[in-house]
Amino acid sequence: MSKIERREPLFHIVKNDAISFGKSLGIRIIAIFAGLIVVGILGMILIGENPFSIYSAMFDGAFIDVWTLLQNTALLLMFGIAVIPAFQMKFWNLGANGQVLVGCLASIACMKFLPVKFPQIQNWLLLLIMLVASIIVSCIWSVVPAIFKAFFNTNETLFTLMMNYIALTTVDYFVFTWDKTGSGTLGIVNLLNGQKGWMPDLGNKYLLPIIISIIMTAFMFVYMKFTKHGFEVALVGESVNTAKYVGINVKKVIIRTLLLGGIFCGILGFLYASCLSHTVNQQIGGLGFTAILVAWLANFDSVAMLFTSFFVVFLETGSKFISTKFQLNSTDYSNIVVGIIFFFIIACEFFIRFKIQINHQHQKTEKSEINAEKEGN
Amino acid sequence: MKKILCAILAIAMILSLVACGSGETTSTSDSKLLDIKVGLITLHDDSSTYDKNFIDGMYRALENLGMKKEQLVLYTGVDESEDCYNKAKECVNQGCQVVFADSFGHEDYMIQAATEFKDVKFCHATGTKAHTVNLDNFSNAFASIYEGRYAAGIAAGMKLNEMIEAGKITEDKALMGYVGAYTYAEVMSGYSSFYLGAKSVCPSVKMNVKFTGSWYDYDKEKAAAESLISSGCVLISQHADSYGAPEACEAAGVPNVSYNGSTKDVGPNTYIVSSKIDWAPYYEYMINCTVEGKTIDKDWTGTIKSGSVKLLEINDAVAAKGTQDAIDKAIEEFKAGTLKVFDTSTFTVGGKKLESYKADVDSDEKFEKDTEVVKDGVFEESKYRSAPYFDVEIDGITLLDRNYG
Repeated sequence: MSKIERREPLFHIVKNDAISFGKSLGIRIIAIFAGLIVVGILGMILIGENPFSIYSAMFDGAFIDVWTLLQNTALLLMFGIAVIPAFQMKFWNLGANGQVLVGCLASIACMKFLPVKFPQIQNWLLLLIMLVASIIVSCIWSVVPAIFKAFFNTNETLFTLMMNYIALTTVDYFVFTWDKTGSGTLGIVNLLNGQKGWMPDLGNKYLLPIIISIIMTAFMFVYMKFTKHGFEVALVGESVNTAKYVGINVKKVIIRTLLLGGIFCGILGFLYASCLSHTVNQQIGGLGFTAILVAWLANFDSVAMLFTSFFVVFLETGSKFISTKFQLNSTDYSNIVVGIIFFFIIACEFFIRFKIQINHQHQKTEKSEINAEKEGN
Repeated sequence: MKKILCAILAIAMILSLVACGSGETTSTSDSKLLDIKVGLITLHDDSSTYDKNFIDGMYRALENLGMKKEQLVLYTGVDESEDCYNKAKECVNQGCQVVFADSFGHEDYMIQAATEFKDVKFCHATGTKAHTVNLDNFSNAFASIYEGRYAAGIAAGMKLNEMIEAGKITEDKALMGYVGAYTYAEVMSGYSSFYLGAKSVCPSVKMNVKFTGSWYDYDKEKAAAESLISSGCVLISQHADSYGAPEACEAAGVPNVSYNGSTKDVGPNTYIVSSKIDWAPYYEYMINCTVEGKTIDKDWTGTIKSGSVKLLEINDAVAAKGTQDAIDKAIEEFKAGTLKVFDTSTFTVGGKKLESYKADVDSDEKFEKDTEVVKDGVFEESKYRSAPYFDVEIDGITLLDRNYG
């Protein structure tokens, strides 16, 4: 009997559902600090700089241009908002990059050719057509995998991922067709041509994406928390069978939710075309994968994503500035910094979601056995 | 718990403030050169031979001008998107009076920044629009790298001759391969001049070209070089920015003529020579103009004579005997103006001599061939704008594909 007790493990890993917000935040902050310490030590070894100069470079770099920082946060947030409804449903949509890119392509096509065909076109009408075109094409990109998932149970991870590659080559095809010099670069469309199809500035060119991202976040918060649609999405995510049992048309929910994601990606694609890059190439957007991290860290909560996306953009911008500040001529160390801190943040989730329980019974048993042995002597 | 966290945060903040204070540089010198800041925006980092050439050139220029390294604000890995505009703006925010960007796709974002920050000068390599947008603070720059390519082509031709003499190949098998990025004038001008250089010493030479559809793609460049080698090419050169082609050559033991910088370290047994643009003379000119308040030329073209085009050290272990002398002779002739790369008597197009050619010099939406560029039996490359416009497909060169690999 005593032998069996000896085999009892020293600790158990127990799921920890009831962790308080403060404690989980504390664990994350400790993880970030631990990450920063490792970053500092590696910085001393790899680039020979004082860790505190590295931290200050990160901080300075992120805030060199506050508007860019906020705009990049808004963009990442919008990518996140576009993927969370599908993620809530456990539909692993990895195709946000492609959906945004084709949306941008559609907008650019309108922006490039409509003013040539119809020189009198009003800018507001052109913008409206660009928006609609972007949303339609993005929706096609998001709904096709949804239909296959709903009707044939195709693996959506691979499907949406592959759709990204189709988007990239489609963009290349059109750029090569449109640009007759063969340089493979479209350049800013209508830069010196009356800026047709460009969104008005609102006094500050960074403001519009920021405002739209806030509206999107508010919409998604309400949609997921207070509407029947949101409830259905959550239920399908919890259990498809339960959803079916209560009479939810799962196929419809999958397609409708991906359609919503497509609309959001379409709006983003339109924003890239009309107020950010004003061009299309393979480097446009590309935040879809980072957005998954942001969404996951925020536990798929749209409001929490405000903070996680700010943090990620802060970290990435700041890290990139390390190579500028210390003239490293390479972005390698910056990438290491981002990687290490992400690693620590993801690893610390273990301590938030699970609890390590020391097996006191085990210790007691051991002690009592030792005592018994002593007494025996 | 909270107290401990507060304490850690407070200590970190105080220390970071201290670090901020000590990190700042104060300019005490009266010299105007020491007062300015220069911005450099590159598409990739120094793992790309193309961008490394720009970065190294900038440090040389700063040294030549007696400036400090800290006067440079360097952003690497900047996409050809609004990211470029944002970084240009950040350079301005950090006090740069002149900002330079190195990639073709950066051009429009630099123009966008130039229209907004009129007090700052924006310069751009390889671009084509400065003379058409006509802004006082936006300029294009390039160099007559076709002279360097021609000289490197001579080295390639001599290597082929050596192979023929040694009986390794017959004259009709003197086939070179070329890995190009895009079917774009800059690349076409490069491979045509390289071919003409080789042809000047090895008349039977032919060349096959494969395109990768990307300026920097290690895998595609390597695969393109491998495919050219397996189809019978006995010497490879490239206009693409990674180490893909040189490494494929080293693995297959096929001689390689490189670009932008020496690739001897990855190809000690195959690297022959490399040509490159030395950007330091332009940077120095650009910085001097900024300091003196002068306008920078809208289209600046450096030459082999002005020190902007360089041939790097020859790898004697691979190059044919007498290569150095032949290259030196060509360089002297370029300097004297007696040798013209695109002399229309040295090549044919569709079996005929090129008597007249209109090039698309003014970049616009119309893509019209707008300027006559053949004069007195010479295709006048880089005369009407700095970026190359030689996009003629000459005889002897076969394009195996277009744009894509």
